[in-house]
Amino acid sequence: MQERVNPDKANLIAGATGDWEVVIGIEIHAQVTSKAKLFSGASTEFGGEPNSHVSLVDAAMPGMLPVINEECVAQAVRTGLGLKAKINLHSVFDRKNYFYPDLPQGYQISQYKHPIVGEGDVILDFKDGSTVTVGIERLHLEQDAGKSLHDQHPEHSFVDLNRSGVALMEIVSKPDLRSSEQAKAFISKLRTILRYLGTCDGNMEQGSMRADINVSVRKPRDDLGTRCEIKNMNSIRFIGQAIDYEARRQIDVIEDGGTIRQETRLFDTRTGETRAMRTKEEAHDYRYFPDPDLLPLEFTQDYVDALDADLPELPDAKKKRFVEDYELSAYDAGVLIASRAASDYFETVATGRDPKLASNWVTGDLFGALNKLGKEIGESPVSAESLGELVDLISDKTISGRIAKDVFDIMLETGEAPAKIVEKRGLKQVTDTGAIEKIVDEIIAANPDQVEQVKTKPKTLGWFVGQVMKATQGKANPQAVNDILREKLEVGEE
Amino acid sequence: MKVDEATVRHIARLARIKVTDEEAKNLETELSAILTWVEQLGEVDTRNVAPLTSVVQMSMKKREDQVSDGDCADDIIANAPEVADHFFVVPKVVE
Repeated sequence: MQERVNPDKANLIAGATGDWEVVIGIEIHAQVTSKAKLFSGASTEFGGEPNSHVSLVDAAMPGMLPVINEECVAQAVRTGLGLKAKINLHSVFDRKNYFYPDLPQGYQISQYKHPIVGEGDVILDFKDGSTVTVGIERLHLEQDAGKSLHDQHPEHSFVDLNRSGVALMEIVSKPDLRSSEQAKAFISKLRTILRYLGTCDGNMEQGSMRADINVSVRKPRDDLGTRCEIKNMNSIRFIGQAIDYEARRQIDVIEDGGTIRQETRLFDTRTGETRAMRTKEEAHDYRYFPDPDLLPLEFTQDYVDALDADLPELPDAKKKRFVEDYELSAYDAGVLIASRAASDYFETVATGRDPKLASNWVTGDLFGALNKLGKEIGESPVSAESLGELVDLISDKTISGRIAKDVFDIMLETGEAPAKIVEKRGLKQVTDTGAIEKIVDEIIAANPDQVEQVKTKPKTLGWFVGQVMKATQGKANPQAVNDILREKLEVGEE
Repeated sequence: MKVDEATVRHIARLARIKVTDEEAKNLETELSAILTWVEQLGEVDTRNVAPLTSVVQMSMKKREDQVSDGDCADDIIANAPEVADHFFVVPKVVE
């Protein structure tokens, strides 16, 4: 096994017999964004009436033959390019045989020995500035299964084939991850890449992105331990919990003198624990063989190059550009590029303005407000253009930063343009020193005790600033207020 | 190649085919004979021959990404032994 990551002390888990290292590999099932299914002309749309998005091909009626959807092929190639992976010009579809009611064919059309995409890399960035490179083992195309509902009837399961035959990309990582944090970062990053590429909507709640997590533990630098697979995870938060629980469980078993059995486990979201699935002895005998209904999938390097030329700017490139062109910190840039919509929004605000100020407003006030409202950036009540105008008003000193927060709140509520709000409510900053001086004089005259105190305790100058701001409803230019107060009260610069 | 009874039962189980003891005995002989016959292919040296993927020299036909099928739930469930609200109804399968 090739070692890509050295044991990092911070990631080790303390056990009774010393430190342990957790080793994680992830398989992602990502639904391909396409109108029609992988091998039929039925719709891929989520949430239709039962069995309404099903063709006779998807229902595996006798005599039906699969015909591949060229867009699904293109999407897999684009994804491979986004993962900086080897694109295989020749790949083969195989039948993976097993019986389950939501798989009417009795086999899943998948790719086994010859996947469409080979090895690639995903780079993870962390808050502390460190990076981890996670190897991609492969990406292959396969059919999704239908959906079984088990809670509708005591003795029966209900089967809906709407999802049956929708194209999936199975993306397999190398066992390069060493903590639940890294695993979560990997899935987030992969989702961001897929969303940028437009090849999968990444919607984990709807199940269009699901993960199987392979977890094993070992003493640092030992050989890999026996792994358990936690199936069908569709929440990043739960994935973190499942890994932490599973690693601790395995350490406890081994330290108590037991051994880990290779098995499939399920995460129970209510208890926060993983438990073994009932396993049948003869499971995992899939008898793969090339699907005789399908010719090998072949295309030219020119075809790949053309798709490559049309790729959008990807997260890593965009982050680099944000750091270089806008001089943002790597962390701020990372926050902004997490979604394409957010980065587009930021660029609209930042263009021709102070990028740091723009970044602070977008990642701070705007994201905070959207979070509170439970809205995505695409649904923001404040458009990027409006926020840009607000930044302009701060930059040209029409309003103070403090007043800008109030204006922003009004913008959120009313959707009005910032200039109009400032005009209508008379929020323009008072920079007229004469006017400020007058107010300062009044306050000094009315508060002799405070004036006495500030001479020995210069920090109480803040109280005067507050009084002036109150008297001007926050419209006084804070710098001007400070300067005038220091001069009149004879308090030096700190 | 000799196929023993355990292998026969394994294959039958994977194919969800019920075989009686007597049938299993016969299948043992039959499958062994078939495999032995096929094994003759092993005599041909295929080291430098690419696997035959099709008897026709053509590339795979592809389809445009257009919704052109579906919307026929009644047809889909027409032969189902049991249905409810356009769902297939099957014996409970749950982990």
